[in-house]
Amino acid sequence: MTTIQLTARDFKGKVDPDWCPGCGDFGVLNSLQRAAAELGLRPHEIITVSGIGCSSNLPGYINTYGAHTLHGRSLAFATGVKMANHELTVIATGGDGDGYGIGGNHFTHTARRNVDVTYVVMNNQIYGLTTGQVSPTSRIGQKTKSTPFGSVEYPINPITSAIMNGATYVARGYSGDVRHLTELIKGGIEHQGFALIDVFSPCVTFNLDNTHNFFKDRIKKLEDEGHDYGDWAAACEKAMLWGDEIYIGKFFHMESDKESLTALEPVLRDGPVAKRTGGLTEEQAQRIVQRMM
Amino acid sequence: MSDGNFDFALAIGGEAGQGIATPGDTLARIVVRRGLHLSTYNAYQSIIRGGHIFLTVRIAEREVRSHGDKLDMLLALNQDTMNRHLRLLGSGAAALYNSDAISPGDHADGVQLCPLPVNDLTGSQRAGLNQNTVALGAMMHLLGLDFELLETSINQQFARKGEDVVNENVRVALAGYTHAQENFTPFPMPMPEGGEPLGVWSGNEALAMGGAAAGVKFYAAYPMSPSTGVLHWMAQNARNLGIMVRQVEDEIGVANMVVGAAHTGARAMCATSGGGFALMTEAIGAAAMMEIPCVFINVQRAGPSTGVPTKTEQGDLWQALGASQGDFERFIVSPKNALDAYNTVPELFNLADKLQCPGIILSDLLISEGRYSVQPSDIDFYPVIDRGELITEGTSNGDAYLRYKDTPSGVSPRAVPGTEGHVHTVATDEHDEDSMLLSDEFTNPHRRRASVEKRARKFDGAASLIAPPEIEGPANAEVTLVGWGSTAGVIDEAIEQLAERGVTANQLAIKWLLPFHSEEVTAALTSANRFIIVENNYSGQFARYLRGETGLSAYGHIRKYDGEPFAPHHIADGVQDLLGRDGGVFVPYQEVIV
Repeated sequence: MTTIQLTARDFKGKVDPDWCPGCGDFGVLNSLQRAAAELGLRPHEIITVSGIGCSSNLPGYINTYGAHTLHGRSLAFATGVKMANHELTVIATGGDGDGYGIGGNHFTHTARRNVDVTYVVMNNQIYGLTTGQVSPTSRIGQKTKSTPFGSVEYPINPITSAIMNGATYVARGYSGDVRHLTELIKGGIEHQGFALIDVFSPCVTFNLDNTHNFFKDRIKKLEDEGHDYGDWAAACEKAMLWGDEIYIGKFFHMESDKESLTALEPVLRDGPVAKRTGGLTEEQAQRIVQRMM
Repeated sequence: MSDGNFDFALAIGGEAGQGIATPGDTLARIVVRRGLHLSTYNAYQSIIRGGHIFLTVRIAEREVRSHGDKLDMLLALNQDTMNRHLRLLGSGAAALYNSDAISPGDHADGVQLCPLPVNDLTGSQRAGLNQNTVALGAMMHLLGLDFELLETSINQQFARKGEDVVNENVRVALAGYTHAQENFTPFPMPMPEGGEPLGVWSGNEALAMGGAAAGVKFYAAYPMSPSTGVLHWMAQNARNLGIMVRQVEDEIGVANMVVGAAHTGARAMCATSGGGFALMTEAIGAAAMMEIPCVFINVQRAGPSTGVPTKTEQGDLWQALGASQGDFERFIVSPKNALDAYNTVPELFNLADKLQCPGIILSDLLISEGRYSVQPSDIDFYPVIDRGELITEGTSNGDAYLRYKDTPSGVSPRAVPGTEGHVHTVATDEHDEDSMLLSDEFTNPHRRRASVEKRARKFDGAASLIAPPEIEGPANAEVTLVGWGSTAGVIDEAIEQLAERGVTANQLAIKWLLPFHSEEVTAALTSANRFIIVENNYSGQFARYLRGETGLSAYGHIRKYDGEPFAPHHIADGVQDLLGRDGGVFVPYQEVIV
């Protein structure tokens, strides 16, 4: 049987996205579809897991297995999927509120565990689906419907958080640069371990501060400056910059020093647990009885 | 020769850190090796050192499922235990204590005081640890057991610590045994030989083993008393049995991880207590909406909130009934004892797989942390495993696959991720047959109605898949006692006591709460002379549920909500009291303060 090389078009879902015209999430969807095709993956080999929010509708628009789970819980669900069947390519998607707010605890621990999941966060620095409230990545001073006089809270930094929490592949993309983002996602999928790709994905309806123009004027690519992605301190320093220059690219990549949970978990050495059917063998039952006596 | 009625209870009391578990365990092993039955209940606090621990070990020739009413032998490891419990011993009972440190107080006539001069007997000042072993030796004599049994047990228990430790323990134990021979009178009925050797397990171990036998391949948990024993067993056995076991950051993560793992086709389970279960509930609704079968265990403890973490209660019935927002179908089952808990797990998994829905097990501290004897041949290690309509293989020609196909039964064949030709998305949003969302871009009342009805239709006749409760005990009894879950065993014994007191009673023990056998229960209770509901909570959660499902109100209620489980006489007293005053609510007095 010959394998036909699929194209991004083959990963198009059955329905078109219901995002607002101009939404940054289109570029992220496009990049994911391209990354899957360029890596030679087939739709049934991938599962895209999301939470709730505008961006979390993405699994419906991509032709892979999908799970549109609860708000904030994509990483927990995705970890369950990966640890039960590690032969699947597991991609988690969602927004900044979903991942860094309500799902913040799972974000910390999925990074720490180095679960082999590629997490693509469409970070628009606002709650869009609930019509525009402050998010964990909204800048201090930002005016939203829930902070009409300007936010007095500092935002989370997803890049430094992920590195500190133990993620082994940490990148930031921009949805307006699909080619660049595609490469970051491909790198994340190929990486054995937890990969965060935080993506500036502007909300054209509710965040009029962090627009496409805002980013286009400021974005610089780490690879153009010879950044050493093996240097976590340099990565954090670059990630903290927020002003006239904002960096995108691969901040941090630990290629071999820290193994993924899949590699470390001895139970998986005989293959995915999802494919083990049946209960106890006679030998196992006898051993259990011996312990009870 | 024994008349088959040997029924003996001993208790060991002290503070946390005094090593109560070790002599308790040693005795338990000796007892079950003789083929005698065992039911133990450990009253303790949420503390690692200090407090008051009181381990009751009931030993009987027949199977017993409560810690009983009486105490035959007390080992007091500290003065506090002596002060609390000596006064509760009756004639014929014995109290053992380290006379170097503890003095007895007032006691009933006929109680044999057994002071153990531990320092003299052992020639050591390390009384703290030695007193347990000295006492074990003395207990062997009182129980009419050969010292060799204890010697063998000590050998096995301390073998790994080396010969010196074994020899020292045997020496100390023998000193206690010899001292008892010279000074104490053994109980009139020595501990008999039972049948075949039995095993020991806790309810939590039974739940975990039931999962393993059911083919559970993914188990996740956050530690929470009194459910943590399930995690411990799973973690200990994970590698041997090929089970993926994960300790997760919180119960929200646990539940969602379990749903994710179950989605891949692995049988997945988790256990927690009420507080953790509260965090899991949104995921239970998600499992129902996505139609992913998985099992959630709630080992109830006294609540609300943090409550009394180490005490038992049946206070989470309404929490289970209301677990998760929305209107959906699921199974809720409350096993009656450890073996029943074991058998419930594979049965519930088969039901959940068949109807692609979540299942909830309501255990409680009494079942889960109690340790019970079990005849290994009574354990079905190879239960039927029925995965329902599960698709794990496909070809690329499966484009017509609809994950939520609207079938006559409501059950849609479920393809697992990785299967070729069956690519689909599952969603917690309402969705159509093809899993397209009905919530965002458009809503459609006709599709929504069809989706709700499809899921509900799976449960048409579901009650016929499970066994209805039946009246057990004498027909036409004066009183029918109705309990649910863990009260079944203690009610059985209360019925025996009532018979001795001239009151005929029988029992309707409820196990399945959802679906509820309304017709069968209505028939049984309307033909009863009168019925009394026994439950471990304040407000009568089951009484209200029963009224809602059947329209029937009980003649009386026996409720206990002090954290301690029912003893048989609490119920027998309650029945007599209620019969004397034409119903009402009886709340038994807990005599043992622990």
